[in-house]
Amino acid sequence: MSIKTLFTLVFLFFGGLLLAGSGDQHDHGHDGHDHDTHEAHEDHSGGHELSCEHASFGHHGEFDAGATAFHHISDANVYSIGPLQMPLPCILYNNRDGALHMFLSSEFGFDNLGHGDGNYAFNGYVLDGGTVRMIADPEFPMDKTEIKGIIHDDENNAYVCVGDRMYGTYAKSTADFGLFGGGITPFYDFSITKNVVSMIIVFLFMLWMFLKIAKAYKLREGQAPKGLQSFIEPIFVFIQDEVCKPFLGDKYLRYQPFIMTLFFFILGLNLFGQIPFLGGSNVTGNLAFTAVLAIFAFFVTNLSGNKHYWEHIFWMPGVPAWVKTILTPVEVLGVFIKPLTLMLRLFANITAGHMVIIIFVSLIFIFSQNGESMVGGLGTVIPSGLLSLFMMSIELLVAFIQAFVFAILTASYIGAAIEDHHHEAAH
Amino acid sequence: MVGSIAAIGMGLAVIGAGIGIGNIGAKAMEAIARQPEAVGDIRSNMILMAALVEGAALIAIVVSFLVANPN
Repeated sequence: MSIKTLFTLVFLFFGGLLLAGSGDQHDHGHDGHDHDTHEAHEDHSGGHELSCEHASFGHHGEFDAGATAFHHISDANVYSIGPLQMPLPCILYNNRDGALHMFLSSEFGFDNLGHGDGNYAFNGYVLDGGTVRMIADPEFPMDKTEIKGIIHDDENNAYVCVGDRMYGTYAKSTADFGLFGGGITPFYDFSITKNVVSMIIVFLFMLWMFLKIAKAYKLREGQAPKGLQSFIEPIFVFIQDEVCKPFLGDKYLRYQPFIMTLFFFILGLNLFGQIPFLGGSNVTGNLAFTAVLAIFAFFVTNLSGNKHYWEHIFWMPGVPAWVKTILTPVEVLGVFIKPLTLMLRLFANITAGHMVIIIFVSLIFIFSQNGESMVGGLGTVIPSGLLSLFMMSIELLVAFIQAFVFAILTASYIGAAIEDHHHEAAH
Repeated sequence: MVGSIAAIGMGLAVIGAGIGIGNIGAKAMEAIARQPEAVGDIRSNMILMAALVEGAALIAIVVSFLVANPN
């Protein structure tokens, strides 16, 4: 069977399920409820439709694939391996009491087996979707308090329920200055989160691997590579020949360690994030992480820029003066846009890949109407599994390509900055 | 409403990048067919160019994302 027929069959299958599903939906009485929410939304009176009456933990009501995807790609203060949840240290600072709170996230009282957020507030913090939020109300008790649940409104604000009273919370503290929602928060989260743990794991693994290989080169000098050494050598030589030498010219050895570090660290984290059930950390799909890499690339490029590089930015030789007035702002902007796209490219590619996989898995829950329809659920398991498998193999390719692209672009930016000026005649 | 317009904007950005990357890929294939011995150079330049085109689309996508989530 050709791929095309397979796809046609899969799409026909989904089409059928969709039609069957839409017929069912009218039997449930959910529709009226939705309208109420939208109307109440007009007046921004804070609580509107929300009330603590139905607040409880666990997944209830409609399945929201988008929220599930965002929850799974975001950073968390718990590390989950399969159903096992492991507490991580929380290091939190807030402006209100000026104190640094350090405690294990197990203080929130989540189940070590399962998928909950715990039903305790600690030091005025709660765990929401695996991430710490701070309760905005200063009257909230600072010690360990049992909470009834956390509810969310349409704008992703969370409210903590104790009894029937609702307490507002601040947005999650993220290192991207709340660019994707939240803004700058009055508390700062320096916790060793899931992403940090994954980063340390990959860092230690890389250190062990490369020290081992370096030792092998010393011990087995003049002999053919063996084991791990022979696996890494072709990759290393490929990056050296395809990226470092053509772009960096004669002085490539000076920048090669940086390019190699970028490549192998990104590749390692990309592949680590691909392993199912092992935390599913999304480090390279985190804007703060890619921003740090891009800032490194920015500084290495601009600090090693020679006279010709800056001349080409501020006063492009060989063009009329009126063109220079247009060219200079463009070139100056280009200095900042280059690392910006470097940052966004890696972030967007990895995040998009992870999200598509999660959405494909979510199809099971969408078609089974969150566990109500057995037929829809069982019928979608195989197509959803196949689609996820397909997407994961694409992602494996993307993991290599994005690490390569990051390395090659950084090398080309550095190469342009250190290039000797030997095409004078062209101007 | 704002979200829908942002989504349309994102789609338009993707069309542009799609045409661009498609052209790069097509021409690279053609070049490889004409000169199979230069496959290494062509491949890395193709990826470089595709990444640059993608960069423009990514900025558009992020801007539309930010417009769709103003808070």
